[in-house]
Amino acid sequence: MKLGYPKDGKFGEFGGRFIPETLVPAVEELEEAYLRFKDDKEFKQELDYYLREYAGRPTPLYFAKNLTESVGGAKIYLKREDLLHGGAHKINNTLGQGLLAKRMKKKRIIAETGAGQHGVATAMACAALGLQSEVYMGYKDTQRQSLNVFRMKLLGSKVHQVKEGTQTLKDAINEAIRDWITNVNATYYLLGSAVGPHPYPVMVRDFQSVIGNEILSQMKELKNKSPDSVVACVGGGSNAIGTFYPLVEGDTTMFGVEAGGEGIKTERHSATLSSGSKGILHGMLTYLLQDKYGQIKDTHSIAAGLDYPGVGPEHSYFKDSKRVKYDTVSDGDAVHAFLELSRHEGIIPALESSHAVAYAIKLAKKMSKSETVVVTLSGRGDKDVEMVEKYMSENVKNSR
Amino acid sequence: MSRIQDKFSELKSRNERALIAYAMAGYPSDKGTVSIVRSLVKGGADIIEIGLPFSDPLADGPVIQSASFRALQKGMNPERFLNIVKKIRSETDIPLVLMTYANLLYNRGYDKFISTVKKAGIDGIILPDMAIEEADQYLDVIHKNNMDAIFLISPNTSNERIRRIAKASSGFVYLVSVYGTTGGTQQKFQQYTHDAIKNAKKILGEKMPLGVGFGVNNADQARSILHTGADAIIVASAFLRLIDKTSKAKIQGKIVSFAKSLKKTTISE
Repeated sequence: MKLGYPKDGKFGEFGGRFIPETLVPAVEELEEAYLRFKDDKEFKQELDYYLREYAGRPTPLYFAKNLTESVGGAKIYLKREDLLHGGAHKINNTLGQGLLAKRMKKKRIIAETGAGQHGVATAMACAALGLQSEVYMGYKDTQRQSLNVFRMKLLGSKVHQVKEGTQTLKDAINEAIRDWITNVNATYYLLGSAVGPHPYPVMVRDFQSVIGNEILSQMKELKNKSPDSVVACVGGGSNAIGTFYPLVEGDTTMFGVEAGGEGIKTERHSATLSSGSKGILHGMLTYLLQDKYGQIKDTHSIAAGLDYPGVGPEHSYFKDSKRVKYDTVSDGDAVHAFLELSRHEGIIPALESSHAVAYAIKLAKKMSKSETVVVTLSGRGDKDVEMVEKYMSENVKNSR
Repeated sequence: MSRIQDKFSELKSRNERALIAYAMAGYPSDKGTVSIVRSLVKGGADIIEIGLPFSDPLADGPVIQSASFRALQKGMNPERFLNIVKKIRSETDIPLVLMTYANLLYNRGYDKFISTVKKAGIDGIILPDMAIEEADQYLDVIHKNNMDAIFLISPNTSNERIRRIAKASSGFVYLVSVYGTTGGTQQKFQQYTHDAIKNAKKILGEKMPLGVGFGVNNADQARSILHTGADAIIVASAFLRLIDKTSKAKIQGKIVSFAKSLKKTTISE
């Protein structure tokens, strides 16, 4: 079940390396560097140092007492990735890859971003490590996450608005890949999710596994056992794979929550694993949202970070092998959970993470009070407050 | 021997090189594609590369991206593509090469997709996102259907890898001339492109033709890469640009004369 480092980049039939030839030497160079440094003592020490002193690890595993009481079921714990520097789990990966890029002597870093969290985390890591960064972001996303655009600029990053296609994360990745093809020799592509050609899905998973490893040891200390259930939201799936992977061989029940948008029976959602089919996009074989001819579909979610028609290949593997259960939460239920957690616990979650919170509330209700549910709170919701306000006012209008 | 291989040996016997010219299915319209191919043939194209648009063409620059987007908006799909190919095949025996992305084949199933396009008249396939490591199943089906799989190499491809790619390829090998996506607007190729052509030729030898594409915009460029040793020039975005900027009534005439100017460069004086 636990695949470690798959040599050909395959998780069962998923993953692989479907890329233009120009990128082959670049991913081979990356893989070689990653294999060389991933277990290197000095590299690990330096990464640990930055994760601790700069990003603020370890993050707390907080018992959400008020929410638990209001739900009246299993004990709900929050893995507080939202407390990390920058406000999301993305920094775990950008520090790891940033340090790797430095060892590869690459000075120019490019990245894609959806909600802007990975873009901000890239800009921060690059500023701290003395690297130059440029971030591709869909035009639609720059409009709905304008705060993050400004943050990236403040942090010294150049932001490219992508006006092609659907103007969201998918198109930002396309443009970043095109940039990489053009500037392949001097540029490091710092991919933010557990997607793309091998070795990205493995590498991002490894850098994010600090989440699951901490959950394990913190739960052990609290309860002397693994959590009964864990819940994480899945767009590309980096916080989820980081949560799940260290727990895969135990008996924890695991849930990945996709964006149900306006309902998976409609065309307006991003529920790739729940309603997609297998295909090839962005260098990997994985589940995709596509039409009957194989053209990639437009997706929707209130959470920009989940608005993606593909998913990390290891999630596709966990879906087919049934190790993880994937389900959906709608825009409306996510907003409801956003409000619940804010009111009950004084914690404003990112809309992405709110999907996981909504699912955990439903799940905890059905479980006994002696059981535990851990929710990975992948990011904080400051970036989303305007969006939620707008959503609420529109839906009040609609219900009149 | 395939139509593509036959064409290269026929040209060689005349001491000519090949012009491979591109049309996108459904751009500017289904009928328009057929007329454009007619004009390309009339202008002297030796092989036609016909694009089936994909929603996420990540090896393509803005010209092919926007043509893909517009063709898809007008409803281009594999079924309509087949009708276009059948129509072209009923009029000409010229080799036809399909250029698209791996997902459109994977989605339908390699077997079904490839045997269907073969029946319609396609002779070879180019997939810019199909790396040889992932190609076993695809190649089995290609060979079963007696078609050519044309793989790409790049200026940064190692010699050892060029050898492996050549082994997997038939028809010709496609050298990406530059670091970049399709449709670059440079007027002259840099030295590294010429070096890559020389190196690839040395490895491929006489039996496997080398086509060079990406950013071939004019006859001077074509002449320079043919002079360095390419067996074929591949021109795509430049034709689409011409279609974009020309009034409908004049398109066919312009395409014929642009194709002629390129074809001229492939004939030794």
